[in-house]
Amino acid sequence: MQGFLLSRLAISMPTLLIVTVLVFGLQSLLPGDIALVLAGEENDPAGIAFIREKYRLDDPVPIRYLAWLVQVVQGDLGHSIKTQIPVTDLILQKLPVTAQLAFWSMLVALLIGIPAGIIAAVKKGTALDHTANAVGLAGLSIPNFWLGIMLIMVVAVEWGALPPGGYTPPTESLADNLAGMIMPAFVLGSGIAAVFMRHTRSAMLSALTADYVRTARAKGLFERTVIVKHALRNALVPVITLGALELGQLFSGAVLTETVFNIPGFGRLVVEAVFNRDYAVVQGVVLFTATAYILLNLLADLLYALVNPRLRG
Amino acid sequence: MSGTVATAPTLPATPAAETLRRANAFQRLLRRPAAMLGLVVVLAFIVIAAGAPWIAPYDPAATSWSAIRKAPSFAHWMGTDELGRDAMSRLIWGARASMLAGVVSVAIALALGVPLGLVAGYAGGWTDAAISRFTDALLACPFLILAIAMAAFLGPSLTNAMIAIGVSAMPIFIRLTRGQVLAVKVEDYVEAARAVGNPHARILLRHILPNIVPPLIVQATLTIASAIVAESSLSFLGLGQQPPAPSWGSMLNTARNFMTQAPWLAFWPGVTICVVVFAFNLLGDGLRDALDPKEG
Amino acid sequence: MTNQARPTSPRLLAWAAGLALAAALHAAPVAAQHLRIGLQEDADALDPHVARTFVGRIVFAGLCDKLVDYDAGLRFVPQLATEWQWSEDGKAITFKLRPGMRFHDGEPIDAEAVKFNLTRALTMQGSLRRAELGAVASIDVIDPLTFRMNLREPNPTLLSQLADRSGMIMSPKALRELGTGFATRPVCSGPFRFVERVSQDRIVLEKFDGHWDAANIHIQRVTYRPIPDTTVRFSNLQAGALDMIERLAPNDLGAARTDRRVRVAEIVSLGFQSLLINTNHGPRSETPLGRDPRVREALELSLDRQAINQVAFAGAHAIGNQPMPPGTEYHFADLAVTQRNVARARQLLQEAGVPIPFPIEMQVINSTDAQTVGQIIQSMAREAGFEVRLSSVEFASSRQSQARGDFQIIQIGWSGRMDPDGNYYHNLHSRGPTNDGKYSNPAVDRALEEARSVNDTARRQALYREAAGNVIQDRPRIYLWHPKWIYAHSPRVSGFAPNPDGIIRLRGVRMQ
Repeated sequence: MQGFLLSRLAISMPTLLIVTVLVFGLQSLLPGDIALVLAGEENDPAGIAFIREKYRLDDPVPIRYLAWLVQVVQGDLGHSIKTQIPVTDLILQKLPVTAQLAFWSMLVALLIGIPAGIIAAVKKGTALDHTANAVGLAGLSIPNFWLGIMLIMVVAVEWGALPPGGYTPPTESLADNLAGMIMPAFVLGSGIAAVFMRHTRSAMLSALTADYVRTARAKGLFERTVIVKHALRNALVPVITLGALELGQLFSGAVLTETVFNIPGFGRLVVEAVFNRDYAVVQGVVLFTATAYILLNLLADLLYALVNPRLRG
Repeated sequence: MSGTVATAPTLPATPAAETLRRANAFQRLLRRPAAMLGLVVVLAFIVIAAGAPWIAPYDPAATSWSAIRKAPSFAHWMGTDELGRDAMSRLIWGARASMLAGVVSVAIALALGVPLGLVAGYAGGWTDAAISRFTDALLACPFLILAIAMAAFLGPSLTNAMIAIGVSAMPIFIRLTRGQVLAVKVEDYVEAARAVGNPHARILLRHILPNIVPPLIVQATLTIASAIVAESSLSFLGLGQQPPAPSWGSMLNTARNFMTQAPWLAFWPGVTICVVVFAFNLLGDGLRDALDPKEG
Repeated sequence: MTNQARPTSPRLLAWAAGLALAAALHAAPVAAQHLRIGLQEDADALDPHVARTFVGRIVFAGLCDKLVDYDAGLRFVPQLATEWQWSEDGKAITFKLRPGMRFHDGEPIDAEAVKFNLTRALTMQGSLRRAELGAVASIDVIDPLTFRMNLREPNPTLLSQLADRSGMIMSPKALRELGTGFATRPVCSGPFRFVERVSQDRIVLEKFDGHWDAANIHIQRVTYRPIPDTTVRFSNLQAGALDMIERLAPNDLGAARTDRRVRVAEIVSLGFQSLLINTNHGPRSETPLGRDPRVREALELSLDRQAINQVAFAGAHAIGNQPMPPGTEYHFADLAVTQRNVARARQLLQEAGVPIPFPIEMQVINSTDAQTVGQIIQSMAREAGFEVRLSSVEFASSRQSQARGDFQIIQIGWSGRMDPDGNYYHNLHSRGPTNDGKYSNPAVDRALEEARSVNDTARRQALYREAAGNVIQDRPRIYLWHPKWIYAHSPRVSGFAPNPDGIIRLRGVRMQ
């Protein structure tokens, strides 16, 4: 087990390194120049020259990359060029926001996706199954930013039932905080719910035809007991593994959801940083999310290996 | 992996057997009403996109200052937009951008991903390790961030959005191809072809590639669906189709400013995206079931 | 990520419990005096010497006092300085400071502190204020409350700079102690002191009771929240999540005026929107558009400014044809706005001998507003025989193509300065830092140079009148309109008076 873990960790290091090279390379190709953006309307040549020098914008890319890497290894992600706030602070500020959004979205996804998948599998071939399938597929097909716009239009603007967007820290008002999370969590969660539903359904289907379930049935157990105790327990393993991976995917969805609902999380941070050419922020955030993604992958593999000892080799 | 027995090769994939297998798959597809519905809708949108100049009731770029943001009416079924242009005509012309974005970006992803996957799976060793780490790295960057950065780097336009989406979708195909190659390359007929002394390129192209096409088709169809959503997302952020040419995503982007005054502007482009993407997903699901009867 | 999220839940409950208690104790008065303002974007560094954003100036209006301020009629009024006196030759100005003032950290605000600030603005690496204070040669502290600025040459624009970020005074002690960290924990001289900042989310200030003008500050706490989407910003106001927003979308004005939950305040800004034409910057200026004034005149004649304003902005803005807006001392109403004349435009194109339709490329920022205007112009110019190709670029890339002269036409604005020198010299002098089309007319240069060195208003008016006349004829820029600052606020907010500079001043503003 330890060997497995270590070898997986060893493999992730080069992956992370490639991520940083990719992002750094891509950024150095981006047209536009933060020095000019920062110089503002005054456009003072001395000011521009200073920014270029301070952030070493004129150094060759490999040198800038190495300098950055040395910094990162020492635990310093640098400062936002735009606001001068340390990137680590920015990440720590945004993490609770996006984590909160991710948590509620996952909850929505699990609460809708897994029961729907179970029902679809148990009632395979019935109208219920077809409906669940169609709804699931629809959930995958709706662009989440559009769903967000529609919800804002109807629920917030038309009915005035929920805030149209924005984020209230729970310290300020818990009720406002939760009210503000409902729509974004639903938007982000519904797409993932569809994925869960489809996987739960197929996992349940294969579990229901497995030998141990047949044995259980033969023993004359109640159908409900068979489904819950035997089939579901086994079917959930791949689904949970998948859940860990979906958390990583969630980030892409958060980019647009946060933009539409004006939530100051990771997604907006990195999009605005790309648009402003705030290089250090883009680098830091991508490094952070890539690490998180790789760790989640590892976690998923571990989970899988724990229940499935054959895979440990 | 070591289970292959080196006995006499029995059943190489003869062209006849292959054709038969595909015919069966197609028949299975025909028997699936959901997949057929998907196919019909996809074909319908291809017709709409191709025939836009004849189908659209108005010139999609014809502005009318006196008729801005008019509600749907008999003359303008979906109303007019912020410059008095017919929203339905723009929706019809927008089908071109969206369908093109779906197909072209997946073509790019296939063109880049399949060869890399083939090489990685077939060559193994360091080549495989290098390509796999590269793929992992691409997958570890959030898809949309990668696409946004690339689209910004290339400059906002539809073509560049397609390139950005294509490159961002590439790792899925590398991974899929590699996995399939690993499974297929130990099959008897491949071993046989190698034993006879065929060059690697020939083995890859003649013996391996044809056998991994079905899962690629399935994945490509499903990826077209996500690529259409991705194009609309980039357009929504101002990085896709540029005005005055319409695309569904850019129509949504402007419509967002008039949510209270002209809600219909945001409604139809979104519904259309949903329908098309839904159709591609149905088709993809159907293809998967038809090509691989074991799953589903 | 779930493991980070889960622990928050119990903590949330604790917060909630604590909050409920706090709310029960004294929620009503606090809530009533808490002003929440929605801004269009996030501010940049909270250090006036390196700051560049407009929204940053809004935050500074609460955080940092300036030596002087100006009212809505653009007349100078005292702030930290109570009086000022120009020398006979116009090469020195002496200020008297208000006695007994304190910084947020309790340090006294005196002439030494002011000198420290001005010296920093002038000498610090990375200061964006150097050019603004460029005329200053030295600063003499005469007594603790009096100081004199000595200039290299007379400069009537200096006072207007000191009424902006160049004249904002920070605590020297904090500057010394915090160094580069100052921007994240600014200690300043304004009516509100810094509490916290969460990037892209909020900047919170609270009333500083030791401020010299505390009696006129009726707000206890102010929170600035960046909300880039105008629709979301407005609906937050309607839903009561904000008390005031800046830059309401003109298209929402109708809805705002009929909504009982909302009041509207508006004022024509000092800025402008224009088409900047590359007349002299590199190879891309070498086209009939860049070289033949008749082609530019044809372009202007093809445009209907009022229609652009009507279609894109519901008619909210004030159309115009020159750098300074109507209602200011330096607007020249006798220089009339060119009316649309398609026939004349076509005729000019023919005289210029260019192929019709004549292809030109216009760069627009990829924001929906800019693209709407771009498409209207495209459509109007087509009727006059232009084939306008719109090329959309991101803001960051557009700055680069301007700096490199890589454009034919670019649709671009200027936020405006109270002294006409800002609107004119920066954009039209051959050495102006934002004259990206490198327009060069010796007559204009001469007028603008003289105008920044004489103190006499009548003389300056004559000089700017001359420059404006030349520019309108040469058309290195086609001025289109002066945007209006449109604010919307809750009826509970009273006493707010907009200023043409767009900055939200909180003096006299009350809640309920």
